[in-house]
Amino acid sequence: MTIKTYREAIRDALAQEMARDESVVLIGEDLRGGHGGNAPEEAKVEAFGGVLGVTKGLWTQFGSARVIDTPITESAIIGMAAGAAVTGLRPVAELMFMDFFGVSHDALYNQAAKFRYMFGGKAKAPLVVRGMIGAGFSAAAQHSQSPYNIFATTPGLKVVVPSSPYDAKGLLIQSIRDDDPVVFCEHKMLYDMKGEVPDESYTLPLGQANYTREGEDVTIIALSAMVHKANQVADKLLKEGISVEVVDPRTVSPLDEEGILESVASTGRVVIVDESAARFGFAHDVAALIASQAFHFLKAPVALITPPHTPVPFSPALEKLWIPDVDRIEAAVRQLMEA
Amino acid sequence: MELNTQQLLKAYRKMREIREFEERLHTENTSGDIPGFIHLYTGEEAIAVGVCENLQQTDYIGSTHRGHGHCIAKGCDIHAMMAEIFGKDAGLCRGKGGSMHIADLSKGMLGANAIVGGAPPLVIGAALTAKTRNNGGVAVSFTGDGGSNQGLVFEAINMAVVLQLPAIFVFENNGYGEATGHNYAVGGRDIAGRAAGFGLPAVTVDGTDFFAVYEATAEAVKRAREGGGPSVIEAKAFRWHGHFEGDPGLYRGEGEIERLRADHDPLKIFASKTAGTLTREALEAIDAEVKAQVDDAVIKARAAGYPVAESLLTDVYVSY
Ligand SMILES: Cc1ncc(C[n+]2csc(CCOP(=O)(O)OP(=O)(O)O)c2C)c(N)n1
Repeated sequence: MTIKTYREAIRDALAQEMARDESVVLIGEDLRGGHGGNAPEEAKVEAFGGVLGVTKGLWTQFGSARVIDTPITESAIIGMAAGAAVTGLRPVAELMFMDFFGVSHDALYNQAAKFRYMFGGKAKAPLVVRGMIGAGFSAAAQHSQSPYNIFATTPGLKVVVPSSPYDAKGLLIQSIRDDDPVVFCEHKMLYDMKGEVPDESYTLPLGQANYTREGEDVTIIALSAMVHKANQVADKLLKEGISVEVVDPRTVSPLDEEGILESVASTGRVVIVDESAARFGFAHDVAALIASQAFHFLKAPVALITPPHTPVPFSPALEKLWIPDVDRIEAAVRQLMEA
Repeated sequence: MELNTQQLLKAYRKMREIREFEERLHTENTSGDIPGFIHLYTGEEAIAVGVCENLQQTDYIGSTHRGHGHCIAKGCDIHAMMAEIFGKDAGLCRGKGGSMHIADLSKGMLGANAIVGGAPPLVIGAALTAKTRNNGGVAVSFTGDGGSNQGLVFEAINMAVVLQLPAIFVFENNGYGEATGHNYAVGGRDIAGRAAGFGLPAVTVDGTDFFAVYEATAEAVKRAREGGGPSVIEAKAFRWHGHFEGDPGLYRGEGEIERLRADHDPLKIFASKTAGTLTREALEAIDAEVKAQVDDAVIKARAAGYPVAESLLTDVYVSY
């Protein structure tokens, strides 16, 4: 296997699916960059390649008809993707920072997500919306959110939140092949993370959790960047004889309820770590699932670790406190062990 | 419209403050001590100042991600802005907003805005307040050429026309939205022409010329204050730096920036247009004062403390 970054794994998935299926097109702002700029044609090719370089090289490989630079107009971008999807293309639209979904949300939550159901099962909307989530960059309150909980509240939308390069590639290929609208959330702090990624194409099913650590005493359920913090805690506590299982659901919707409940049944102690929201987030949804389906297995109350219910602060001094951190996770595990 | 010497000196000082502030951030940023994204306004000073010199403190502006120049032109405190950009508690927003969210409502500054196209809808709200209170106030939005393609921008313009709001929509056409040229992304290429279709006066001016911007704005402000409704001004200018600090600018032509610095410097253009009235010494004195002021702002911002942990939870609700 080859070592690749999360960014390269995503690019790999896009390139391989575009090569395999002519109906896959990419739509977004500055996916190539340089269009209409003053530099000579040769010089400005791939001037951006996506604002953080994820799509670099794809225009050279596939050209303007399939890697489409757009004006800054998310409502038209996502609307066009929805319309193209329901009529036969497989668009992958980029929102750049997922925070910008607000401008375009109608096309997703009133249109694409509902086509199939409203039309009596006679339509499908195979589009993917990619975007960055996550705090840690001091990018402030309008560029640091993780709004996957908001997408997941809409029936008909699938929501994918990969935590590793390997998962990112397999889940993105599956998302592109999937016949439903998928919101694919890339954590900006993971782009440079390296891991083993096969060169060849492969898929990972949506709705299947991954046990990144196996253990017996406590289950930590975490997504995206939080998985690595959970793993860190698990590795540390193992040395003290506390055996922590880390479950990464990988998709928020559909949710692998069985995979989660199985782990809870075996450990009886649960910590849920979530960057999305302090209220009505992924953590609360999973806690409700556990309370309603696995209450009798619990040896202690479920611990929820989320940011406070505030916007994301700019100052690094505050942002650091805002993001759920390793110390809080570790303390929660210890507390459960004492309970 | 004649500006007296005092007014001219004030306009020059404001432009110089923006230039010095931005160029200083450009160098300070290489230290790695400035968190997050920085988008510099150098090259567009004449727009912010040409517009804001027509406004009262009680008038409002709504800005963009490239907002430092608008903040300074509207009278925000430079020391507090610098501290904000460094993420310090002494910052204008207590370190919670940063470069892209600087605001000071007491100065009529509704905020820089990290959402492209964010300002025009807010600004028609400020214009509605002014109209409802019948206080003669006006509200101005700044939007880029890239932002002119956001649907909500023209929804806001149409609303302003329908309600005859005292709003002015300024489009800063610097030729690029990130790495994409306006020649590619703006259908028809003529933002003012597009706006005119909504039934309001829309003009295009040279945004490197303070006087062109000032005069177009004066007319629009007068119309708005007298109940004559909204206007659009497209100001053409250039951005000298990358889209954000760290952008290598591969989309730019060879020598493009050097040429802009030489031939399209709003401060030089201002100095030459006022040569008969303002002496070189007077301008140089301002340059020195402003430099000292910005130096001081940087020193104090660096020395200032970060917000304390408790402030993480404050300011969510008015009473948290
Ligand atoms: C809704 C939204 N979409 C995309 C972005 C990313 N973005 C930030 S600035 C920018 C370019 C803006 O160009 P323009 O309006 O011309 O302003 P300029 O940067 O030239 O001042 C883009 C695409 C954003 N911040 N908000």
